[in-house]
Amino acid sequence: MPTSPDGLLRAYGDRADDGMVQMAFVLALPPSARAREAAKRFAELHGLGEPIVATMEACADGYSFFVVYGHSKHGIDPNAIDVAELRTEVLTHDAVEQRIRARLKRRIVVVGACTGSDAHTVGIDAILNFKGYAGDKGLESYKGFDVHNLGAQVENEHLAERARALGADAILVSQVITQRNCHRENAHAFARLVERQGWRSQVSLLLGGPRVDHALALELGFDAGFGPGTKPSDVASYLVERLCSDEVPHPIPPVSL
Amino acid sequence: MIMGTVPLDARQVDRCRALASEIADDVQRYVDNHTTVGVERAILRAYGASGITEGGIPIVNVAVDRYAKAGLLGHGMAYFLGRAILGGARNPQEATERLAFSPEIDPGEGAPAARSASDALVPATESALARIDAARDERGSRQERLVAGVPPLKYVIVATGNIYDDAVQAKAAASAGADVVAVIRATAQSLLDYVPEGATTEGFGGTFATQENFKIIRRALDEVGEHTGRYVMQTNYSSGLCMAEIAWMASVERLDMLLNDAMYGILFRDINMCRTLIDQYVSRKFIARSGIVINTGEDNYLTTANAVDKAHTVLASQFINEALALRAGLREEQMGLGHAYEIDPWLEDSFLLEIAQAQLTRQIFDRHPIKWMPPTKHKTGDIFLSHVHDAMFDLAGVATHQTIELLGMFSEAIHNPLLMDRYLALKKTRYVHGACRHLGEEIEFKKDGIIARRAILVLDEAVELLAEVKRETIWESIGRGAFADVKRTRTGGKGFAGVVQRNAAYVNPLLSALEEG
Repeated sequence: MPTSPDGLLRAYGDRADDGMVQMAFVLALPPSARAREAAKRFAELHGLGEPIVATMEACADGYSFFVVYGHSKHGIDPNAIDVAELRTEVLTHDAVEQRIRARLKRRIVVVGACTGSDAHTVGIDAILNFKGYAGDKGLESYKGFDVHNLGAQVENEHLAERARALGADAILVSQVITQRNCHRENAHAFARLVERQGWRSQVSLLLGGPRVDHALALELGFDAGFGPGTKPSDVASYLVERLCSDEVPHPIPPVSL
Repeated sequence: MIMGTVPLDARQVDRCRALASEIADDVQRYVDNHTTVGVERAILRAYGASGITEGGIPIVNVAVDRYAKAGLLGHGMAYFLGRAILGGARNPQEATERLAFSPEIDPGEGAPAARSASDALVPATESALARIDAARDERGSRQERLVAGVPPLKYVIVATGNIYDDAVQAKAAASAGADVVAVIRATAQSLLDYVPEGATTEGFGGTFATQENFKIIRRALDEVGEHTGRYVMQTNYSSGLCMAEIAWMASVERLDMLLNDAMYGILFRDINMCRTLIDQYVSRKFIARSGIVINTGEDNYLTTANAVDKAHTVLASQFINEALALRAGLREEQMGLGHAYEIDPWLEDSFLLEIAQAQLTRQIFDRHPIKWMPPTKHKTGDIFLSHVHDAMFDLAGVATHQTIELLGMFSEAIHNPLLMDRYLALKKTRYVHGACRHLGEEIEFKKDGIIARRAILVLDEAVELLAEVKRETIWESIGRGAFADVKRTRTGGKGFAGVVQRNAAYVNPLLSALEEG
């Protein structure tokens, strides 16, 4: 068991630095002594020391399901990691409403869409639709937001045109499909389009999706990125902080890509 | 609490209680005429004796072993302690050191007489009681100030071997919603005839129970309690050869629960039955005074015996444990009688049988904080199925109003629970308990349904077993394997050499004071 503290962070099982992790996987072998040994070696190749095969069962004809525990030798130095993180205090529904009413004195216009070939509206719907996600109601449920959900497979040009016409304060772009990084290209193209049309400084661009994080969104020319597990109140709080702060908003620097 | 009930024949329940009472009287007659090295050490500790020799042996062990070897223990250590004080020792600590190390042993002859020795201990007896009472009152005031958990109380174990890691994990578990945290003892501590001293960082399968370790975990749980506004309970093990000493330590260190069951030691640790029944009685005298809740170990019977065929042995043992606990002055509210969810999960309607047993236990022992144990025997390395199995256990527990629920761990068959395992177990239980909070109050059991018929059968079988045990005496029936399919003899097992018959003039004013209440 690795016990020497070298400053690196290891998985915590029940003692500091034990590195204990669990893997569950299937191998295309019926249960046998050979299959068990194969599972053990497979785990070792993943960096697990002293692997214990906790279970080996036939889960289909010719396939075995394994649960393996072992001591991961890998360690990371969290101080050497630099990540862009959105630090927004999450507000209650009432606080969001109250701040928009008191500070902005009008509704925030939000336009959302899944762009390009993407037909998966589950993400954008979770954030915008009244019903929301995991008990957290969507932006449509707030009086302070004027929400326009344009749905799926919206072309970048169309989204830009509609958003300008509606006087959007914020545009939410959702990208679920990630094949061959098409989510990156689409999103990047949209930010450049708005830039080219000369109204980038008048609008907040938000990017969301299962493979999106804040750093990626910044890289692609957006103002904020929202990844898996994002709730509508996270987005609402971010918009309130950005659009309803007491300070005069800074002019947004042009994006260089 | 309004709930659905299974039909119970009250006369059968009364019969069980009457039989258990006679069984317990027989045990108590024996206990009242004997003492043990463990009991005598506990008395010295309660008077304030502490410390170890250079070789690491507790001074109370040196003193007691010396008088036991000389054949003098039948007088009671308090007799010699009182005489040492009359002979000039300034306090019980100094008196104990004299008993342990003085060049000449006190042969106990001549003056001062037993009565004078006992009188010399009046102030020490009062302060021994005051120390227990102060800890009890401190617990009471914290419980008044902080929010208690809602039954079924979520009980988890930590078992790293290192008390400082245990403290980290105990706090993590409490923060994740645990109501009760138990530190599992190092394997085989139950067979040590002394209590280790100080904070310990090495132990296999668990962590040594020591007075210092008790303090460390109490401090950790108090911190979480103050931080979260919840009262978090601490549990340890008053079992094995040092039952009484550990019960005293727990009393003064403000533990909330103790695993405390002679039957467990007899059957599963092969501790001599005479020894452990005497130790248990004295341990329960401390426990009664301190307000600690005991947990009994009937659940373990089903880990060796078949949980369907031998369910009645659990019920019978619960009646016996209740009767013995009453004789030690425990209130019903202190009796966490144990049972378990150990029926083969693949047996058709196994869940119905579990519900029947849990409901039966709840109804018969209606004031008792029933201790409900999770599946272990049929667990495999399939942690995913195991998690579901534990969720069903949670469902049965909340639906039948069990009081203390030790949470199952999906890694049960693999290792001592990791921090993650405990977190997920708590999360799942919070969900099941919350989602089904009042389910038990909505249920009515069919009068002649599977559950009702099962409950009646188990009770009837328990009556039969108790009648047999009464006829044979508990000593003989354990000898033939009536419980857990394990056989033990009256003079066999560990620790029998430490049992001593009391003299007519046995002196133990502290025990007498505890008996007077």
